Amino acid sequence: MTLSHRSSSSRSRRDTRLVAAVATAALGSSAIFVLIVGFLLKESWPALSTIGPARFLFDPAWRPTEGLFGLAPMLSASLAASVGAVILATPLGVASAIFCRHYAPPPIGWIHRWSMALLSGVPSVVIGLWGLTAIVPLIGRFEPPGASLLAGILILTVMITPTIALTSGAALDSLPDAYGRGAVALGLSREATLAHVLLPAARGGVVAGILLAAARALGETMAIVMVSGNVVQAPLSLFDPVRMLTANIALEMAYASGSHRASLFVSGLMLTALVIALAAAAWRLSGDRCHG
Amino acid sequence: MSVSWFRGKDRRALASIGRICAVYIAFFSSSLGHAADNRLVLTGSSTVAPLAAEIGKRFEEQNPSIRVDVQSGGSSRGVADARSGLADLGMASRAPNADETDLQFFTIARDGVGIIVNTNNLVRSLTDEQIVAIYTGKITDWSKAGGAAGRITVVNKAEGRSTLELFLHYFKLKGGDVKAHVIIGENQQAIKTVAGNPGAIGYVSIGSAEYEADHGAHIRLLPMSGVAASVENVRSGSFPLARPLNLISKGEPGAVARRFVDFARSRGVHDIVASQFFVPVAP
Repeated sequence: MTLSHRSSSSRSRRDTRLVAAVATAALGSSAIFVLIVGFLLKESWPALSTIGPARFLFDPAWRPTEGLFGLAPMLSASLAASVGAVILATPLGVASAIFCRHYAPPPIGWIHRWSMALLSGVPSVVIGLWGLTAIVPLIGRFEPPGASLLAGILILTVMITPTIALTSGAALDSLPDAYGRGAVALGLSREATLAHVLLPAARGGVVAGILLAAARALGETMAIVMVSGNVVQAPLSLFDPVRMLTANIALEMAYASGSHRASLFVSGLMLTALVIALAAAAWRLSGDRCHG
Repeated sequence: MSVSWFRGKDRRALASIGRICAVYIAFFSSSLGHAADNRLVLTGSSTVAPLAAEIGKRFEEQNPSIRVDVQSGGSSRGVADARSGLADLGMASRAPNADETDLQFFTIARDGVGIIVNTNNLVRSLTDEQIVAIYTGKITDWSKAGGAAGRITVVNKAEGRSTLELFLHYFKLKGGDVKAHVIIGENQQAIKTVAGNPGAIGYVSIGSAEYEADHGAHIRLLPMSGVAASVENVRSGSFPLARPLNLISKGEPGAVARRFVDFARSRGVHDIVASQFFVPVAP
């Protein structure tokens, strides 16, 4: 061990090694994703090749043991629940971020921000149990059976509101101070500053957060199994019990075999494609080249 | 964390850590290989699994070298895993089907399936015909079945559950005939759903329903053909909607599996069977 080991050439060699280590770790984590998609493709291939993609969309019913593989009712239920939850959660989340940063006295804003962070970490099965014992009977009192699309939307709203609040908050925080100060210097009111300067400037981050929240809503399973009734039918009313794609996989995978099993993997593939599309949109909008 | 990990002195330290790791890996892999010989894997019915797990714990206490590994996933999985050899013993909460003559079934306990309604429901009993009519959507209001007016919520089990099979088989229904409003997976979910909805009707294991009803859940078990739905009547064999809980093996079970089966059927586990509200079969 001599001083020469600490020369700049050695440092650059150490840098090279570090780069190699970091790159290996990064490639490893993205390889996991590629492997998952590859696995989904491999497992669903028997169904895609023998049954054909069209029948998954156009078969009149989901009775896989009798050769009917219509996923459309469950796909529409998944989309309806996610869209409903996003519609409810977006104003709540954005409003809570604005309240936190611009109106709340610091202690209250701090408490609120922490409660949002904690809420985003509550396990979905706990929220589902609460939905099953509190929300479902409440809806059931007016419109039985209670387990319904509406219950699913409300539960998903509870789960994704914190996501939207936290990402919108971060987007607002990342704006340069000059925007707010400039607006004040121009004599704009606080409302005008928010509506015409800060929110438009933070739009990319806010929308990216909403899309990520939508992806989470689409992928949610445990809570949805408990509150949404799980009957395979198109969601024609808010009070209809519906089964989402994720719930279908959770309820049937343990018992499925053959083309039934493969068709469950097709629904997994479909979900993954939707989530990738949403994440890609979020990435483009947020403009961040890594970890949008 | 610094980048100095890879300097000369540290490299030697790293090498010795590597050697220590290699020794550990060799040690653990040999002990794993050892454990595999004495590991008993049971998979299948989510009704049998908790019982098998408790019996397994006591079996491990008496045979410290053996590990019992219990995984639930439905009776169909139990049959499939026993057949493919993935599990040493499968678990199924039903009698053997006609196409399962290649498998041996060992009954370790009995379980009854009972119809449950909310405690606020005025209905005290239903005939088999009424139950079929309710589940096929021909009766949709409790006033047509002897109760106060109110819409009926039919709670059904998801495809593949043995409770569903037993229910359909007993009432001679096909899966597509049932007009369900809520479809659930586990017994607990059915109990919570019925307890929270005054108009709901469902069916679950009598053991779990009796336990929950005694502990304040808002559910009531209905009698079937005049026989009260109770653990006692399942034991005596008089309750019609009942099923055996079985361990399954393909052909003759191995030595360890054989000992486990004998143990699970012995008087030494009656207290475990009773504590889970099932009914022992051994004399």
